[in-house]
Amino acid sequence: MSDHEYTPKSNFGKWFNDRLPLLTLANHLTDYPTPKNLNYWWTFGGILTFCLVTQIVTGLVLAMHYIAHADMAFDSVEHIMRDVNYGWLIRYIHANGASMFFLAVYIHIFRSLFYGSYKAPREIIWIIGIIIYLLMMAAAFMGYVLPWGQMSFWGATVITNLFSAIPLVGEGIVTWLWGGYSVDNPTLTRFFTLHYLIPFLILGLVVLHIWALHVPGNNNPIGIDVKKPSKDTVPFHPYIVIKDAFALLMFMIVFAFFVFYTPNILGHADNYIEANPLVTPAHIVPEWYLLPFYAILRSVPDKLMGVIAMLSAIFILAALPWLDTSKIRSAVFRPLYRQFYWILVADVLILGYVGAMPAEGLYLLIARVATAYYFLHFLVILPILGYKERTLPVPLSITEPVLGGSSNLAAARDDSRLEKLK
Amino acid sequence: MKKFLKLFFYIFFLIPFLPQVYAAEKVEYLTTDWSFKGLFGKFDRSALQRGYHVYTEVCSSCHSMKYLSYRNLAQEGGPEFTEAEAKAIAASFEVTDGPNSDGEMFTRPGKLSDKFVMPYENVKAAQAANGGAYPPDMSVLVKARGGGVDYIYSLLQGYEDPPPGVTLDDGVYYNKYMYGNKIKMSNQLSDGLIEYSDGTKATVEQMSKDVTTFLMWAAEPHLESRHKMGFKAIVYLIILTILVYFSMKRIWSRIETKV
Repeated sequence: MSDHEYTPKSNFGKWFNDRLPLLTLANHLTDYPTPKNLNYWWTFGGILTFCLVTQIVTGLVLAMHYIAHADMAFDSVEHIMRDVNYGWLIRYIHANGASMFFLAVYIHIFRSLFYGSYKAPREIIWIIGIIIYLLMMAAAFMGYVLPWGQMSFWGATVITNLFSAIPLVGEGIVTWLWGGYSVDNPTLTRFFTLHYLIPFLILGLVVLHIWALHVPGNNNPIGIDVKKPSKDTVPFHPYIVIKDAFALLMFMIVFAFFVFYTPNILGHADNYIEANPLVTPAHIVPEWYLLPFYAILRSVPDKLMGVIAMLSAIFILAALPWLDTSKIRSAVFRPLYRQFYWILVADVLILGYVGAMPAEGLYLLIARVATAYYFLHFLVILPILGYKERTLPVPLSITEPVLGGSSNLAAARDDSRLEKLK
Repeated sequence: MKKFLKLFFYIFFLIPFLPQVYAAEKVEYLTTDWSFKGLFGKFDRSALQRGYHVYTEVCSSCHSMKYLSYRNLAQEGGPEFTEAEAKAIAASFEVTDGPNSDGEMFTRPGKLSDKFVMPYENVKAAQAANGGAYPPDMSVLVKARGGGVDYIYSLLQGYEDPPPGVTLDDGVYYNKYMYGNKIKMSNQLSDGLIEYSDGTKATVEQMSKDVTTFLMWAAEPHLESRHKMGFKAIVYLIILTILVYFSMKRIWSRIETKV
């Protein structure tokens, strides 16, 4: 960004740009050299931006009609669904939009894991991403509380009660969070305030996330450093813009299918029962996107240790750039890592499944094994793999034909070959 | 590209299995040919009108529907009674209004803008009249039960004599589709219980189907416009996606890279 020279053509443009270099920024964004071999897994960044904007816009409209009061919240949601013009559409987009957001973010995160996008020099992008993910979970959880249905109320009770596991001050913290001695109106109003605030914090972090991305530039499927601009890159506009647009439209078809044809499938039926502090639902289950962490929480018999395990499962991701000791980024050239990667994907899916099931018998056993493996992957397998794994030869550039399994790395890294390409 | 399409295929493939993830107890519910399911699903107008009939005659003596107004009965996509019919229905109910200029509450015939009259003053009164059990409000009942319409439809037809070994307290009934099989509502439907004005035979099955259809509409009054708009939106998106796909191919053909 800093090494960018741009002079606007018009005099007014020059005058304005000298005072606020917005045109330089716009020029940087359109010309931004992007590796030309990015596959469709790279389109989810754009899709996520779309999700965030959709949530903010629909959320603003909902906030105009929603009433954050324990006695009126449920009624006001039904008012939105029945009497507000297209209120049903806006609410269903917002509710399913949260699920779509998480679907996209999980694909985005697992893409980074596969192609090693978290490794140097992209650690800061990765860590900002993890903070965004944490904030997303907080926003989604608080948003789920707002309709004040049974799952809202009891979900809020269960999650806020986790803080009581903290020794000595736990109970005090829970009372402070609730604004009383149980989840009630003060809890609802503060959750609404925070639910309104967090998306804008996320928006700010997204700007930093993209800024940090534009310093080293995109990683790519073969995980090598590319010269920018060069034969290996294309300008962001129109090449990446049109590709992102295509992928976004595909994504929107799935999104629309959920909104128009199965709008309630991802929610829990109990949330259409108004909150009742005297009746506990048979099973208290969080939304699907939090299930793997819920499974980790419940797999540990001790409450405090369970909370620590659940939080570590998230924070361990922030340490990933240093836990993965391999110099090679992309799993394409890491035959062993590739297998462990898919085992991890399966492990997280299994955790999600058992998270939805009652914590007893075989389910509990599976949850414990899967939890143990999750930590084993990051704390043991990844650090060792970096030293032990025999990686495949990595091409020098994207345009250079892939070295068909040649073990002659010296020849591949010969600078004279690079000269010929220029 | 292929992998990307595969991913979308898998997501669509997974949708039908999603509700089962949450369903802890697996029960086979009865089902029927619901007219409102599917991409073009619409309510059967006469089923809605009959269903309303069942609701007023049978359910409404205990179950409230607090989110519905009489005007909804004449709304597009609903039972679509004529406005005159809806007004007559509203006027047949006594509504408490006030206070008037003397500070007194008074009753008057219902208007289109009134909410459905509640059978009980409050939850406590409802509980007192029903052996401690609160008859749930039926406005969103279909969406508030795991099995949805099939569950309600089955429950209404699920009354049986308890199997040997099961003892029931006073005021508790056996229903094979109820969670735990014990329900405080007695069997409400019997063949010929009401007389439909359109001549349809009022069997238990027919009444269950009609009233469940009515409850589905009550819970999702905009279902028809949702389906209509959804079809248009998805067709629009597919056409746009195809156009953008070819533009993308065109643009990327300038460089030697597959897209």
